Order: sequence, then structure tokens, then C-alpha cells
Amino acid sequence: MIKKEMIAMLLAGGQGSRLGVLTAKVAKPAVAFGGKYRIIDFPLSNCINSGVDTVGVLTQYQPLRLNTHIGIGIPWDLDRNIGGVTVLPPYEKSSNSEWYTGTANAIYQNLDYMESYNPEYVLILSGDHIYKMDYEVMLDFHKANNADVTIATMPVPYEEASRFGIVLTDDDNRITEFEEKPEHPRGNLASMGIYIFNWKILREALIKMSDQNNCDFGKHIIPYCHSNKDRIFAYEYNGYWKDVGTLSSYWEANMELINLIPVFNLYEEFWRIYTKNDALPPQYISEHARVERSIIGEGSDIYGEVYNSVIGVGVTIEEGAVVRDSIIMKGTVIGKGAKITKSIIAENVEIGADCELGIGDETPSKLDSKIYNSGLVTIGEGTVIPPNIKIGKNTTVSGITKSDEYQNGMLHSGEYIIKAGDMQ
Amino acid sequence: MRAIGIILAGGNNNKMQELSYKRAISAMPMAGSYRSIDFSLSNMSNSHIQKVAVLTQYNALSLNEHLSSSKWWDFGRKQGGLYVFTPSITADNGFWYQGTADAIYQNISFLKNSHEPYVVIASGDGIYKLDYNKVLEYHIEKKADITVVYKEFPEGADVSRFGCIKMNEDSRITEFEEKPLVSMSNTVSTGIYVIRRRLLIELIEKCEAEDRYDIVNDILVRYKNIKRIYGYKLNTYWSNIATVESYFKTNMDFLKPSVRDYFFKQYPDVYSKVDDLPPAKYNPGSAVKNSLISSGCIINGVVENSVLFKKAYIGNNCTIKNSIILNNVYIGDNTYIENCIVESHDTIRANTTHVGSNGEIKIVLEKNERFTL
Repeated sequence: MIKKEMIAMLLAGGQGSRLGVLTAKVAKPAVAFGGKYRIIDFPLSNCINSGVDTVGVLTQYQPLRLNTHIGIGIPWDLDRNIGGVTVLPPYEKSSNSEWYTGTANAIYQNLDYMESYNPEYVLILSGDHIYKMDYEVMLDFHKANNADVTIATMPVPYEEASRFGIVLTDDDNRITEFEEKPEHPRGNLASMGIYIFNWKILREALIKMSDQNNCDFGKHIIPYCHSNKDRIFAYEYNGYWKDVGTLSSYWEANMELINLIPVFNLYEEFWRIYTKNDALPPQYISEHARVERSIIGEGSDIYGEVYNSVIGVGVTIEEGAVVRDSIIMKGTVIGKGAKITKSIIAENVEIGADCELGIGDETPSKLDSKIYNSGLVTIGEGTVIPPNIKIGKNTTVSGITKSDEYQNGMLHSGEYIIKAGDMQ
Repeated sequence: MRAIGIILAGGNNNKMQELSYKRAISAMPMAGSYRSIDFSLSNMSNSHIQKVAVLTQYNALSLNEHLSSSKWWDFGRKQGGLYVFTPSITADNGFWYQGTADAIYQNISFLKNSHEPYVVIASGDGIYKLDYNKVLEYHIEKKADITVVYKEFPEGADVSRFGCIKMNEDSRITEFEEKPLVSMSNTVSTGIYVIRRRLLIELIEKCEAEDRYDIVNDILVRYKNIKRIYGYKLNTYWSNIATVESYFKTNMDFLKPSVRDYFFKQYPDVYSKVDDLPPAKYNPGSAVKNSLISSGCIINGVVENSVLFKKAYIGNNCTIKNSIILNNVYIGDNTYIENCIVESHDTIRANTTHVGSNGEIKIVLEKNERFTL
């Protein structure tokens, strides 16, 4: 008989539109992070490190990269005879075929998957946060409180609390009230979007709420459980937790990794983060290269200078190039003499010789100043930038570009080039 | 593929000095992220050989650990797979492997129970890329009984630790001398052979009946006039790492762009066990030049013309020159290391100096208490 005490459902179908061109071709959980990782590696590694060996990954938006990355789960030891990792895309049904319309709707459409493992508890995770967390400790808390639902929460500064879903608890950590993005917060415990449900409670709630449009955990399922007087508890988490949902927070979280002793330390023996190794060879640092305050992935060749940067695997930085305060992802080539400052450069990009990125004044982005800000240059996957191009701040380029598309070889601050076929 | 593979990985060699104290040569770390046996194993996998036996004997702990899962070389298959054979006492044998032929004899059921017509035999201490299918095609075309892959060394090279061969104009081997005092040629056997499976069984059983135990002396040398033994020329990079000198040189070869490009960038890839280490980290004060750096390294000092294997920690104000730092080494602040091989899992205290010379590489063994970060 198959029996798993707790299985995890990992929501990985979102686009993450605030990451702009970075998520034009890949889902947010598949975006590279920290040199060799992808964002989804963190919750997946947390699962296996917590002893959760059955994980359903719900995919929808641009799943190719995610599917090839996860495979049969070998890097996370999730290739199991029973359980392991299963990718769950939306599928056609005999009636009412539909996409995943909300977080809870996606889980609802996979009731059969969960049922087949006969679980006591279901852990709901999202694939877009950077953190290390022992879900087993949270489960112990859940059991000790005889809870029906446990929500992982973390204290946030009061001035920021209005950006989060805030929970109010009694002295026993039982949740008494919810406030979604309150203007005048009465508490500062923010929901992290991580839930443990008793399977029976979750099942019943999902079925009861199945007619709800865009059925969502925070908006519909939790309030439904609350109105049913279910025992909902807040589990307080105090470790490192980073939402990398915007370009600036994504850039900052990467930059934190290069500190002398980073708060979020990947070098600890305990609680290792696993990923699919795309390259094995060591990196080569040439005779004339200079590298300081940076992390660099496997198989990269550095002939130029790299300062305060996060470099992925298989990257080539040619002679005379200078990279500062930047993130450069897998397989990208930085041409000779190019100067890269405060840029996020996605996978397999070619930057021509003597290009200069991140120069000039800060002008707000004409495309979308909510996405492209903080002076960052963002270059989408597979982009080609011809030699001798100058690119200003708060800019973005995506697609194979030619020099005549730049006015006098220049893309001024705040401007953008997004070629047809590439969504913003 | 019509062949099965055998990798002879049992050997030890006192020319490896202290480096062989704790591991078989086949398990020697290579080129930053690999172990020596990865090259032969990857060649087998890339030649679509599905069934491979690794014969181990000497100090196989590191090797067994490395081969603990066959998935990294894609041998985790229903058909075929990776078999590791260590000597075992049976009803009719109580000996260790007494030689390469004996090692195969003691596992002859592996040969007998297979159905593939050919066997590729390789050693675990060669660093090379080779499509064994090409050797097999040549073997069939020449109607050979045994094909030996050979490498031409430059005139005047010291070949006294290899088997030397001479061939006629048809590439048939006419002379074969193992570890000659005075070499007759600079053509050496690489220890890679192709042979028909049934013939191998026959020869090995005959050897055993005559109390002979060595493939080279008791089969190749002894049968060279009776059997059709042919040479197949290897034109690409090949190096045997079984001495400290050649081990050091072979690792340093990977600092050359051509060697790196050949092994790391060109098809096919070399596979190895994945260790899940974070990217290498360069802290303020690090100055790295012409070096290979592996994952998990943390560098605070100067590194020049060196190969750092996985998880090396280089303290503040250190200088590492022309050296090889093996896996999981901690080097304390203000340390100076030149022309050395630092053994894996070493912990070197602050303010230490180790200097070898260009002619004689120093092997550093220092096992101190370590306080991990």
C-alpha cells in the first residue's frame, strides 16, 4: 500500500512578469540564481532536506526550461520508485478543460495526484523564494497544535507590513484574523505563502470552493477554512527569506551572496542546495584576468576583469572586458573590451566587443518604470548586441539586434529594444 | 555496440609515492573536477558500450565511493550497467588478483554470461578521449586477433615504464617488450585493447592453467608470433598519470587552451560524479592568474599557475604558485606554497611554507585539526 505522511505541491506555473524580459521565455522558478542555481532549486532542496520525498510541481507558463531542469529529479534525489518528483501541467478533461486559473484551482485540478499517495498532510509551496527552511519542524508545530492548517509567517518591519498579507494571532499562535495588504497594520506577521493542510480539510475546501473563479489560497481557501472555524495556526520563521519577484530585489539577493560572509550562506555543509549541473569542468582564470568579490560557476573562462559580480556556468569574459556589479547567466559571452556595469544579462547572450552597458544618467524607463528601475540594464535571453554599442541605465534589450537599430550606436537611459516575438 | 568493457583499475604504483597511500591510481583526482577513471568510463559510455566491469583491488575506498552510483556515466540501465569487481574468496580460489589476466579470470563468468562478440579492455589511469568503435572497426578490417592502441612518443622520451612495440608495414606487431631497460622504439602501448570475447576467454583460461597471470607478458608478448596482434595509432592527447611527475604534468597540461578546449569544450563530454558544491568564491584580496578553479573553492589570496580542486579554501595573504591543491584542502593565512601537490583533506596551519622544486615536486601531507567556518 502506498502511504506518504506529507507530500508537497510546488506552484511553479507563474510568469513573474515583474522580472521583465528575464521571464519572457522561462517561468520565474526557472530563472537562474546565484551563479549555478535556478530559483526552484531552493524549495526543491528544502523538500528533500526536510524528508519530503514526494513533490508535485505545477507548471503552466513556459515550462520547457523547468521540465528539462527537473527531469526525473536526479539532482535532488527525487528519482524514487514511489513518489519522487512529478511535473503536473494542466491537462484536457472530458468536460470543462481549463488552464490553472489560480493557485488553489491548480491544486484542485490535481486532487487525483494527491489522493494516490494517501497523505495525512499536504504542504503547499511556491517556487519563487530564496530561503532554507525545515518543513519537518513546521510539521511538528502543526501536529503539536493539533492544527488543521498552519501558515508559515515571518515578522516584517511595521512600515513594510502593508505590502503583505498580515495575520493576527492569539497567545497560542492561533490565527484570529487576516488582513490583506492593510493600510494600518495591527500586526507584523506576514504570510510567506507556505501552508501545511490536513489532507481531509484541504480536499473538502478545494471541492467546496471549486466553482470559485480564479480560486486562490490566500483569497479563498484560507478564508473558507477560517469561516469554518478550522484550527489555523501561524508558524513563525526567522531565517533568511527573500522574495526575488522584482528586478531590483533579484539583483540585490544575488549581490548579497558575494559578501565576505553572506547572510544566506551556500557554503555550509548543512542544508545543501542541489541543482542540475550543466557543466562539470573547473573555471579558468587567465594570466591577465582579475577577479575580486565575485562568485563564478563551473566551466567559465575569465580573460577580463570581474568585480562584485555573480557569474553563471560556461560564461566567457574576453580580454579587456570589465564587469562590475552585474549578474551574468549561463553561456553568455562578453566581448573584448566591453564594459558592463550594474547589468543583469540572461542566458546565452552575446555582447559585442567594446560595448558599454550601464552608462549615463538615470532616466525612468519608457517601457515600464515599475519593472525597469534602480538603474539596471536588463538583457533578455539569447540577445545579440553588436560591437561598439553604448547602453544607458533603466534600459532593456531583447532579441538579436543590429547596429542600425541603435541611434548613433547608442541606446539612451530609459529606452528599450524588444524584438517581435519577445513579450516584455 | 557490439562490445563489453573492462577497466583495469586495481593497480598501485610506488612511483606515485605518498599519493597512492590512500587511493588507487584510477581514483586520482584529475583536472579540477574529475577522477582519472572518469576518462575511460566516459569513453566507454560515449562509445555506447552499455556493460562495463571495473576490476579493483588496491585501496579501492575512494574508487568505490566515486562509483557508488552508475548514473553519472549513464550506466544506470536495465540492459547492461556498471559492475565493480573486487577480489573475493570462493570455494576454489583464496588469492587476491595475481595479475591483470588473473583479475579477469576470477571474474570470467562476466565474460561468459555476456553475448556481445567483442571486449574493450582499458586502464583507469589514462587521460584521453577515444571512440572505441573506431578501434573495433579497424580490428575487424585487419582481421586481427588482438588490437593494441599505441601512442608515438617524441624521439628520446623516457618510455621505460611502458610496453614498447614494433610493427611491420601492415601495423602488425612484431615485437613487444614490457618496461624495457633499453627501449627499441618510442612507440608505446596505451593499455587499451580490443579482442574477441571468446578468444579472450580461451587465452585467459589457458594462462590460468599454466599459472600465468599477466595480460602483457603472458598474452601479448608470448603470443605475438602466433596471433595476429595489430597496432591502432592514437593521434590525440593521451597521458598516463602513474608517476608523480606525469600526474603533475598532466594536470598542468589543462592550463593550456588547446587541452582545455579538447577535453572540456569539444564533443563528447567527460562525465563525473556530481558533488553539488556552490560556485567558487573570490573574496577581496584574491588575485588569481592562469589557474583552474573548481566549485566550492573560497579564495582570499594569490593563486598563480595552479590547479585548485573542489572545495579548496585559500586563506588571507597566501601565495600558491605552480601547485596542485587536491579536494577539500584548508590553507591557513600567510601560507606560501610553490611546486607542491597538496594531498586532499589536508589542513595547513597559518604561516606555513612548503616549497618544492621544478624538478622535484613536493607532496604535502598535513592533517591538522580543522575548525570549519
